[in-house]
Amino acid sequence: MTAEGLTLRQVGEDAVLVETDGIERATALYTELLARRGELPEITEIVPAARTVLLDGVADRPALLRQLTGLAVAPRPPAEGSLVEVPTVYDGADLTEVAALWGVSTEAAVRIHSEPEYRVAFCGFAPGFGYLTGLSRQYEVPRRPTPRSSVPAGAVALAGPFTGVYPRPSPGGWQLLGRTALPLWDVEREPPALLAPGTRVRFAPTRGSLGVPGRPTALGPAARAARDVERNPPAPDARAGLPPARQSEQH
Amino acid sequence: MSGLLVVRPGPLTTIQDLGRRGVAHLGVPRAGALDEPALRAANRLVGNPPGAAALETTLGGVALRALAPVVLAVTGAPAPVRVDGRPAAWGGPVAVPQGALVEVGPATYGVRSYLAPAGGLTVPTVFGSRSADLLSGLGPAPLAVGDVLPVGPAGPWPGADLVPLPAPPAELVLRLRPGPRAHWFTAGAVAGLARARYRVAPASNRIALRTEGPALVRTREGELPSEGMVLGAVQVPPDGLPVVFLADHPTTGGYPVIGVVPAPDLAAAAQARPGTPLRFSPLRSLDREARP
Repeated sequence: MTAEGLTLRQVGEDAVLVETDGIERATALYTELLARRGELPEITEIVPAARTVLLDGVADRPALLRQLTGLAVAPRPPAEGSLVEVPTVYDGADLTEVAALWGVSTEAAVRIHSEPEYRVAFCGFAPGFGYLTGLSRQYEVPRRPTPRSSVPAGAVALAGPFTGVYPRPSPGGWQLLGRTALPLWDVEREPPALLAPGTRVRFAPTRGSLGVPGRPTALGPAARAARDVERNPPAPDARAGLPPARQSEQH
Repeated sequence: MSGLLVVRPGPLTTIQDLGRRGVAHLGVPRAGALDEPALRAANRLVGNPPGAAALETTLGGVALRALAPVVLAVTGAPAPVRVDGRPAAWGGPVAVPQGALVEVGPATYGVRSYLAPAGGLTVPTVFGSRSADLLSGLGPAPLAVGDVLPVGPAGPWPGADLVPLPAPPAELVLRLRPGPRAHWFTAGAVAGLARARYRVAPASNRIALRTEGPALVRTREGELPSEGMVLGAVQVPPDGLPVVFLADHPTTGGYPVIGVVPAPDLAAAAQARPGTPLRFSPLRSLDREARP
C-alpha cells in the first residue's frame, strides 16, 4: 500500500514496517511518528533504519494502518535536535586508504570528513552504535573485505554512506578514520546513547596521542552529560568477562 | 544473608526475566527468557509475579548452595532435581533448608530449565530488566563459580501446586506469517517452506535458532539496507538457510526476512535440541488487509 510514497508492510502478528524512498524521508518519518506518538495506538518500539521505520508491539494494527495511510511526510527531516561535538584524533588505520579512495591527501580527507554536520539516522549493531548521515554520497566507501576481529571503543569509522563511532570494543568491518575519547554509551545516563537517533553531530579534528583523551566541547545537554560522565567515570564494567558482541550482519 | 551461592554454573546459566522494551531504537535487544511460559510457570509455583527474575540453564544444569532457607521451583526442560543428594520435585515447589546444596542435573530432554526462587533474583536492573543479553553484554554476566545471587523477600502469595508444563517437541513446527520481504524470494519459496524438512542446527543460541536443510532461493541480489527486526523474524542470509530470531536478536539487520514466527511458537523453539526435525507452516499473508 502506498501513501505519500510510503509502503506499509505487515511484520508478523503485531508489527508494521513503513518503507520510504530513502534515508532522508525515513528520518523525517521517524521524527513525525515520535511527535504523533500520543495520537497513535500504543506502540512498544519505533525503530528507524536506513530506509524504513519499524513499529513493533502495535496494540491495534488496523487502526494504525488507517492513520498511517493519510500521513504526509516531508522528504527532509527538520534541522532540530541536540548538537554533539565529537573531538576526533584522525589517526585511524584506514585513513590513508580512504584518502586514496577519494583521491586526496590525508589532510584533505580529514577536512572532508570533519566539514559536514551529521545526523544520527538510526542505531543498530550494538547498543549506542549510531549510523550517521551527512557525508556527501561521492565519498561512500566499501566495508573492508575482511572485518577486523576487534575495533577499539571510540573508533570513528566509515562504511557505505554512513559514519559511526564504535561504543565499545567489537568486531567490525568499517574503515577506521580516527578515534574519540567521548563516552558513547552509558546506561546510567539519560539518554544512554550519546548518539541517539535525531542527534546532530560534528567531528572536531583534535591533536592527541593515545592515553590523552580529548575533552568534549559542551554544546548541549548530551555533551554536558558526556563531559560529566568523563569526569566521574562509572565503576569498571562488571560485564567485562562477556564475549564481544557477535555480528548477525556484515558490519 | 538471603541468596544462592553458585557451586557449579553449568555450561551456560543466565539470569532472565521478561526482558527489555522500548529501547530497540538505541540498538538494545529485548533479551528475556527464551521459554517464557516456563519462566512464568516457575514463578507461579513459588508465588512470584510472572516476570520475576530466575535462572535459565542450558542443557547441563546448575548447582547452588542456599545461604538462607528458600522455596524454589524448576520448570522448562525436565531435569533431575536434588537437594543435598536427595531427589526433589521437578515442576513443583521445593523447600530448601539453609546451607543445602540444590542440584539441577542435565536436561532429560529439551534444552533450557528455569529455576525460580521465591522472591526472585534481585540483581540490579538495566532498562527495567534483570535479563542477561548475550548479544550486547547488557545485564548480569552468565553465572560463574562463587557468584552470590541475591534473592528478594518472598511475596505474600502462595505458590500454585501444579501448573501445566508442555513437553518439548519431538518435531518442531513453527508457523510462519509471510513478509515483510517474502517478495525477495522465488514465488514458490514460501509454499516450498511448507514441504521442506529442516533440522535445528548446532550453532543455535539465545540470539537465533539456526537451521540445516534446503536453501531458499532469492530472486533479488544485493544487500538490503539495514532495517528493524522483530522477535521471531526468519532472516535468510546468503547461504539460503533460514535463521529464526530469538530474544537476544539484533535490533536491525541487513538480510531479508521471509516471514515471522508468532511468539507463542518460540517457546518450543527454545527447547528444541540440535538435530530436532523442523518444518515451517506458512500462514496466509496479511498484507491484503493493508489496502485502504
